[in-house]
Amino acid sequence: MNFVLILASGVATGTVLLYATVGEIFSERSGILNLGVEGMMLIGAMSAYKTAAATGNAWLGLLVAMLAAGLISQIHAFITITLQADQVISGLALNFLATGISLVLGEGLTSLRDVVPQLPKFSIPGLAQIPWLGGIFFHNHSIMVYIGYLFIPLAWYFINRTRPGMHLRAVGEYPAAADTLGIRVYFQRYLYVFVGGLLAGLGGATISLSISPGWFGGLTTAGQGWIAIGLVIFAQWNPVRAAFGGFTFGALRRLVLDLQGPATILGLSNPFYFNVNYGFFLKMLPYIFTVLFLVIGSREANRKRIGSPAALGLPYIRGQRGL
Amino acid sequence: MADFSSKSTSGWKFPFRIKIENRVDNPPRWLSPVLSLAAVVVALLIGALVIWLGGGKPWAAYTHIAKYSLGSVGVLSDTMVKAIPLMLVGLACSIAFRMKLWNIGAEGQFYLGAFGASLVVLLPILPMEAPKWQFILVTALFGMILGAAWGFIPGFLKARYNVNEIISTLMMNYIAIEWNNYFIYGVWSESGFQMSRMFQRNAWLPRLSDLAKRWPFFGGLTTHFGLVLAIVAAIILWLVLSKSKWGYEIRLIGDNPRAAEYAGISIKKNIVLVMMVSGALAGLAGMSEIMGVVHRFQGAISPGYGYTGIIIAWLAKLNPLAVILASILFGALILAGREVQPAGIPTLIQGVIMVALIASDFFYRNRVSITRQVED
Repeated sequence: MNFVLILASGVATGTVLLYATVGEIFSERSGILNLGVEGMMLIGAMSAYKTAAATGNAWLGLLVAMLAAGLISQIHAFITITLQADQVISGLALNFLATGISLVLGEGLTSLRDVVPQLPKFSIPGLAQIPWLGGIFFHNHSIMVYIGYLFIPLAWYFINRTRPGMHLRAVGEYPAAADTLGIRVYFQRYLYVFVGGLLAGLGGATISLSISPGWFGGLTTAGQGWIAIGLVIFAQWNPVRAAFGGFTFGALRRLVLDLQGPATILGLSNPFYFNVNYGFFLKMLPYIFTVLFLVIGSREANRKRIGSPAALGLPYIRGQRGL
Repeated sequence: MADFSSKSTSGWKFPFRIKIENRVDNPPRWLSPVLSLAAVVVALLIGALVIWLGGGKPWAAYTHIAKYSLGSVGVLSDTMVKAIPLMLVGLACSIAFRMKLWNIGAEGQFYLGAFGASLVVLLPILPMEAPKWQFILVTALFGMILGAAWGFIPGFLKARYNVNEIISTLMMNYIAIEWNNYFIYGVWSESGFQMSRMFQRNAWLPRLSDLAKRWPFFGGLTTHFGLVLAIVAAIILWLVLSKSKWGYEIRLIGDNPRAAEYAGISIKKNIVLVMMVSGALAGLAGMSEIMGVVHRFQGAISPGYGYTGIIIAWLAKLNPLAVILASILFGALILAGREVQPAGIPTLIQGVIMVALIASDFFYRNRVSITRQVED
C-alpha cells in the first residue's frame, strides 16, 4: 500500500464533498436547510456528462451542471421561502424529484464511456516535487482539486470578513433584525439556496467529468450528498473545517478500497484479503464514520456552545413575532 | 398578508384581485383530501410534461401503468403485494413524523427486518418442520426486533448526543445493505450464488392462491398474509395515535415540544421509543416481503420502499388509515412502472407528487381569495 497515493486520491474524492459541503454551508448560513444535495449532485453529474457527450466540451458540461442544479434548487427555495413549508420535507421532495429527473434524462448515458471528454489533469511544477505533500496535494490532480484549494479560503473570507457575508449570516441568525436594517431577507435566501445548488452541481460534475468519470445512475454519487450534509454539522458551518472533513472522508473511502489488496498489512496477515466477504464491513466504514463525525461534532458544539444558525429551518414571515 | 393587485400605468387594469391571508379558523374537513387529490392530478400532469420533454410518450406510459396495475384481478393482486410493504413503511414514517422525528431510515430497518426473519429459518431458530403459525409468529417477532434495534441506534444517538437523526438514519440504510450482503454473499450463500437457499414451504406466509382448492377464483393470486398484518398494524397505530395517552404525548411533542416538556413528558425517552416502534414497523415490512414474496434471503429486495414510505406518510397526512389507500396508489406505480422506459419515471413521478403535495399545503394554511377588481 502506498500511503501517498491513498491520501492523494483522498484529496481528489474529498474535493467532491468539499464543493457540496460548502454549498450547503452557504444555504444553511442563510437559514435554509436543503436536504436535496444528493439529488442536486446527481442532476449536476448527469447534465455535465450529457452536455460533454453532446458537445465534446467538458467545460460547457461543468457550466450546464451548475446552472441545472442551481435552477432545481429554486424549487426548494420557492416552497420554503415563499410558501413557508417545512424545510425538511421539502428538501426530501427535492431529492426525489432531482433523482428522478436525472435518471430519466440520464437514460443511455452509461454506455458512453471513453468517448466523453474529461476535465484536464496536471501537476503543479515545483510544488509537486515537495516530498510527501507534493505527491499528495499537487501531483497529477484534476483541475477541480486546485480550484478547490483556492475556493476554501475565499469562501471562508467571504462569509466571515465581507459585508455581503455579514448580511448572509445576519439573515440566518436573526432575519427580523436583518430586515429592519434593510437587508432583503427573501432575496438573500433565494440567492444562497441558488449558490448551494450551483456548488452541489459543481460537485456532481466533478465526479462525472473528472474524479470517477462516467454516469452510473444513483451509484454515481452513492450517498455523498448525504455525507456532505453530515459534514456541514461536523464542520460547524465553517468552510475550512469542511475542507478538512471532506479530505478525511475522501481518504477513508479510498482506504476502504485499498485495504483489500495486499496479503499482509504491516507484517500481519490481512483478513480482508483472505475472506473477500469481510469487505462488506469495510464498505460500511464511510457511513459509520459519518455517524461518528456527527457525534464528535455535536458534542464539541455543545461544549463550545456553538449552535447551528439560529434561524435555520424556520420560515421568515415579516411582521410575525419571534425570529 | 400579501396583496398582488395590479399597478396600472396604462388604461387597462388586471381585472382580479388576489388576496392571501393566514387562516385563523379551522379549514373545512373536505379541504385536505381535496387538496391532496388535486396535488396528485397536477403532479401527473407535470410528470407527463417532463416525460414528453425527455422524448417519451406520457399517455402511453400512464395507460400502461393503469392497465398493468389495476386492469384485472390478477394484476390488482400484484399491486396489493407491492402495497403491503409500502403500508408498513408508510406507517413507520407516519408515527415518527407525527413527533417531527425524521426517520429516513425505514429502508435500512426494512433490510434488517428481512434479515431477522431469515435468521429464524436459516440459523435456524425454529426446526424445519415447525407449523406455519409458529413461523408467522416468530419471523414477525424477529423482523420487528431487528428493525427496532436498527431504529434504536439513531434514536439513542439523538437522545443522548443530539445527533441529527436525518443523517444518521440515512447512513444506517447504507450500513444495513452491506450487513445483509455479508450474509448473502458469504455465510448463507447457496453454492456461490448471491442468495440463500429457498425457504421450505411451511415457512412461507399463506397466499390467496392457497385457497384455490376450495375457491378456484383465488387461483394464481399472490396477495399474501402480510396484508392482514399491515391492516391490523394500521388500525392499532390509528388507535394509539388518536385515542391513547401515549399517542397524545407523541402528537404534543410534535406540535409543541416546549409545552410537552413543561407538561412533564420525557422527550428523550419518547425519541428512543418512537424510533424503535418506527423501526419495528419497517422491520415487519421486511419480514413480510421475505416470507411472503421472495421466500429466500437475497439482495435488492426493495425498489426503495423505505423512501417511498416517506411520500406515502405525507400524502396520507400521517393518518394511519389513509396510509392504506396511499400505499395502493404507489404500489400500482411501482408495479407497473417497472416496465416503463426510461427507468427513472416512477421515481420522477413520486418526486413530482411530493413537491406538489407540499406546495398544496400552502392553500391549507392560507386563505386565497380572488375577487373582481372594483373601479375606484
